[in-house]
Amino acid sequence: MPTRKSTIFFVLAGLGAGALAVMVAHAHYRHQKAQAAWNESAALVKRLDLTDLCLFTDARYARHPSMADRHTPFQDSPMAMEHFPSGTLISPPPHLRPQ
Amino acid sequence: MSLHERHRNIIDFALSSLGRRWKKNLALTVVYAFVVFTLASVVFFTEAVKSEARAVLRGAPEIVVQRLMAGRHDLIPESHIDVLRKITGTRQVQGRLWGYYFEPSTGANYTVVASGEPPLEPGTIAIGQGVARTLNAGEGDLIPLKGSKGDYASFEVVRVFSHESELVSSDLIEMHADDLRAFFGVPEDYFTDITLKVRNEKELVVVADKIRRLLPDTRPILRDEILRTYDSLFDWRSGLLLVIFAGAVAAFVIFAWDKATSLSMEERREMGVLKAVGWETSEVIAMKSWEGIIISLAAFFGGTVLAYVHVFFSSAFIFEPVLKGWAVLYPRFQLVPQIDPYQVLALFFLTVVPYTVATVIPTWSAATVDPDSIMRL
Repeated sequence: MPTRKSTIFFVLAGLGAGALAVMVAHAHYRHQKAQAAWNESAALVKRLDLTDLCLFTDARYARHPSMADRHTPFQDSPMAMEHFPSGTLISPPPHLRPQ
Repeated sequence: MSLHERHRNIIDFALSSLGRRWKKNLALTVVYAFVVFTLASVVFFTEAVKSEARAVLRGAPEIVVQRLMAGRHDLIPESHIDVLRKITGTRQVQGRLWGYYFEPSTGANYTVVASGEPPLEPGTIAIGQGVARTLNAGEGDLIPLKGSKGDYASFEVVRVFSHESELVSSDLIEMHADDLRAFFGVPEDYFTDITLKVRNEKELVVVADKIRRLLPDTRPILRDEILRTYDSLFDWRSGLLLVIFAGAVAAFVIFAWDKATSLSMEERREMGVLKAVGWETSEVIAMKSWEGIIISLAAFFGGTVLAYVHVFFSSAFIFEPVLKGWAVLYPRFQLVPQIDPYQVLALFFLTVVPYTVATVIPTWSAATVDPDSIMRL
């Protein structure tokens, strides 16, 4: 008797759900394994008094967003609009937004 | 016939029906999966960065005091340290020296920081992986750097920060505080900013208020604010992410619109035949719903798993040109996955449910029409 199409569908859907479960388990495993590396990075942050992640290096307000001042979009002149691509990815830190 | 067996028969029929138009349905699934892939990649990437920021920036200074002049960050005089030390509840008030260095030969920007405890020997530096890559330098090499007076000073690399710490150290050059002062020409009695600790963490806000009152030309930045910066860093309202989300929403609207307005003649005739041979309206709707569920589940599973592989196994290479921007130095970090089941569920309901619902509505309107009139179309 040939395999029913619905059986194939349920097997494939089960495999898809299984892949999601494997993803979650893998994330948990990597999380546990990363603790040592995170502790090393946290120790470096503490030793050098660092304040920001090194995600972007093209603009100073993207390299150190938490240290940026209120006038960074106009840093070169009052009419100099944002022109760094990284500036379009990040939003201003909460302490620079109007309360 | 049991409900289970009835639905299995309907699924069998729905799969055969999808198979008869396999080219159209395959194209639809691929585009749909791509939309899910884009959304899932953004969600996975931003959540992983936020989680990493919370884990590594817990060691950041409790309060950073910056001096502002004409709206810009300026050097802060040493005399401010004495004022801060007199505030009740503060401890470990110390000046911080750091700055940016543009390397003309490579075009890369580096962050130069003064050595912490234990300090490096004068004339030596520790560099991040990104600096080592752009300068092609390693431990024991001498690196010439152009100082503020135009003269070159050579520093010996005594340490390269580990690859694991690249997310915080990629562009760092650590050097002795005296070397940094001489290199940038920072006057003896000035610092870049001041960091301080507070005896009781509950008093952080009170101390910050006192700092604002005593030193009106400064602004205190709390560690909590630094951490919140990364919580809102890739806010969905920020430029490019808004474009991505708007694109995804537009794609879904097009899907839904297409489904809601264009049941093909073949599909309408199929429904007419089914009703003519005895299918009930509810069974026709169930069949079309299963078609929608099959397509959206395939797109959801495919798009989500591919997004996971993209972000956590291939360093989000599709995002790299955007993240790199104009930078020469690009940190190569392997993000640690942070999957919240809530995120996956949200993604599921944002993608699978609207499509399935959009499939049911036109089917319902077509399935309630007399089969004879549909077949005569």
